[in-house]
Amino acid sequence: MQTQNHLPDDPQAVLEAHLEKEYKWGFEVPLEEELAPKGLSEDIIEYIWQKKNEPPFMLDFRMRAYRAWKTMKEPHWLNGHYDPIDYQDAYYYASPKALSEKQPKSLDEIDPEIKRMFERLGIPLEEQAILAGVAVDAVLDSVSVATTYKERLAKMGIIFCSMSEALQNHPDLVKKYLGTVVPYNDNFFAALNSAVFSDGSFVYIPKGVRCPVELSTYFRINARKTGQFERTLIVADEGAYVSYLEGCTAPARSEHQLHAAVVELIALPGSYIKYSTIQNWYPGDKEGRGGVLNFVTKRGIAHENAKISWTQLETGAAITWKYPSVILKGDNSVGEFYSVAVTNKYQQADTGTKMIHIGKNTRSRIVSKGISAGKSNNTYRGLVQVLPSAENARNFSQCDSLLIGSQCGAHTFPYIETKNPTAIVEHEATTSRIGEEILFYCNQRGIPTQEAVELIINGYCQEVLAQMPLEFAVEARKLLAISLEGSVG
Amino acid sequence: MLEIRNLHASVDGKPILKGLSLTINPGEIHAIMGPNGAGKSTLAAVLAGKEGYEVTAGEVLFEGQDLLALSPEERSHAGLFLAFQYPVEIPGVSMVQFLRAALNAHRAAKGEEPIDTAQLMSLLREKAALLKLDPAFLTRSVNEGFSGGERKRAEIFQMAVLNPRLAILDETDSGLDIDALRIVAEAVMSLHRPDNAFLVITHYHRILQYLTPNFVHILADGRIVRTGGPELALALEEKGYEPFLSQVV
Repeated sequence: MQTQNHLPDDPQAVLEAHLEKEYKWGFEVPLEEELAPKGLSEDIIEYIWQKKNEPPFMLDFRMRAYRAWKTMKEPHWLNGHYDPIDYQDAYYYASPKALSEKQPKSLDEIDPEIKRMFERLGIPLEEQAILAGVAVDAVLDSVSVATTYKERLAKMGIIFCSMSEALQNHPDLVKKYLGTVVPYNDNFFAALNSAVFSDGSFVYIPKGVRCPVELSTYFRINARKTGQFERTLIVADEGAYVSYLEGCTAPARSEHQLHAAVVELIALPGSYIKYSTIQNWYPGDKEGRGGVLNFVTKRGIAHENAKISWTQLETGAAITWKYPSVILKGDNSVGEFYSVAVTNKYQQADTGTKMIHIGKNTRSRIVSKGISAGKSNNTYRGLVQVLPSAENARNFSQCDSLLIGSQCGAHTFPYIETKNPTAIVEHEATTSRIGEEILFYCNQRGIPTQEAVELIINGYCQEVLAQMPLEFAVEARKLLAISLEGSVG
Repeated sequence: MLEIRNLHASVDGKPILKGLSLTINPGEIHAIMGPNGAGKSTLAAVLAGKEGYEVTAGEVLFEGQDLLALSPEERSHAGLFLAFQYPVEIPGVSMVQFLRAALNAHRAAKGEEPIDTAQLMSLLREKAALLKLDPAFLTRSVNEGFSGGERKRAEIFQMAVLNPRLAILDETDSGLDIDALRIVAEAVMSLHRPDNAFLVITHYHRILQYLTPNFVHILADGRIVRTGGPELALALEEKGYEPFLSQVV
């Protein structure tokens, strides 16, 4: 879902936008000679594996996932509706070369609407070109920037590359960790991803190394294209630290399309992984047509004294279905989840987290801020599970909902399962509305309504935005403002 | 500066103001007193442009402009300020952020550049000191967790920052203890200039001892039934509204 397809290094998202008329259900690429045959079968799985020249264990992984997937049913339990997807009416492999030929050659070829959005977000022209997937040679400077970073990181032993590269250059590391947090048969979409994933990101931070920069795929601009099934694997070795940024504020416009990604985080003893996401997929038009189906599995495992922190801003997609989770396996491990989910128009979001307390003295903190406008539905669904072994586990959950207008909905489903009497689990929830009183108060001070809404929303989300790296937070604020434009008055 | 002529206004079809007229000149302080339900807060809301108040007759000129034709924010930009009787909370938005947005909106309306941060902070600190507010108050969320008295002081602080031509103080004195009342009243007096004016809505004579209004009006059943000097407020304090209202009937 969110990763590559709207990341600066990945030309595909915007490319898709250009091709959208030719796109049917999702992942079809209109360049026949470079495509795998349509549909999904064991032959196709093997074709993908072969084309990607992957090590033998990957064929086994993909095949097992495919076989598990075939026995599973497409889930429809979430608080949101979508029509069943025809998985045979799609292509699961397209050569990167074929795609690069279709890349826009200059900014002039970019959809003016996308350009306008870039401008309003204040993204510099050169960066716009990258975001829009203009052929890389047009933006050589940025490539050299990317290379410089890679060299610097490599000197520290940090591995940061595409999943394809990792499978070629670090197969043992991938083999050791892939599927250990999200098993190949975890759920329907994770199984599908495991069977057909095309690419994604791989990060390894060696023991005791503190990654000196925020890692975002911005730095590997020349990576090959990735599909709708991205696979991200981040391993922080003992005592390591990494902050990883996923996504950017570029709008990825396409027709109703499935994105099923898997993200696995492995925080070895004493390490800290901070994972921030801004998701701004195309939400569908104002009548609710089109938009991305954003079904993703994100999970991390925290070993002794390790910490995993998820921060997300979800503003896009027709349907969002994701629960970034932390398995608090080691004693004294910490899990955090900070989320702002915005729904407008006909969007449906069903998002939250799972905190599984296994180790002693494990702590988790959940701060979820839902904002609903238009005719949208926004659901928080979260599980706090304290297993018998988790002596002195602590959880604090704060789930707030903010309603704009009267036709939207907000729902909160907190599940709490405590099997250890020493656990302390706290849950707080509020629902509020941006009412006339507060808007009038702002108006009286001279602040126009639209600006007042932005101010109020930013205030409401402050606790979550404060968790984001500074530049990311700035983008998040702008994006919030844009996604709620016109929702009041 | 402000001229209200024969103002009629209703809420949910129910007439509240029934032919109110009032003229305020620059440099003046006016007090409006009156029993509950007389229409005092309705007057404030109508002047500030709150939704849900329907003006059925009359006109209001502010600095020569048709006030009623302006949106609430335009009225603010024109120099009208309302100190709310019940100020709302804005969670997560600090006083600094809030007033920066307000000041910049005012500046934008005048075609001016946004205020720079150093200038903003020195202005806010200066006005906070005037209201004897701890500077830490500036970084707290607007009105969140403030006591009733703190909110009222914060309203006058905002007024001091925005520097309006006409400020309406809607029962700013209620909920203030003696010390806070004096601080607020002294701040108002120090901001009083020949080119601005105040309309003080109150139940009590107390605040008027500090503010010394030029005019005291008694509002009853949607109309001004009596106008006098400061001595009128004193008389009200002693005798209550009854003797003044019976004259009208």
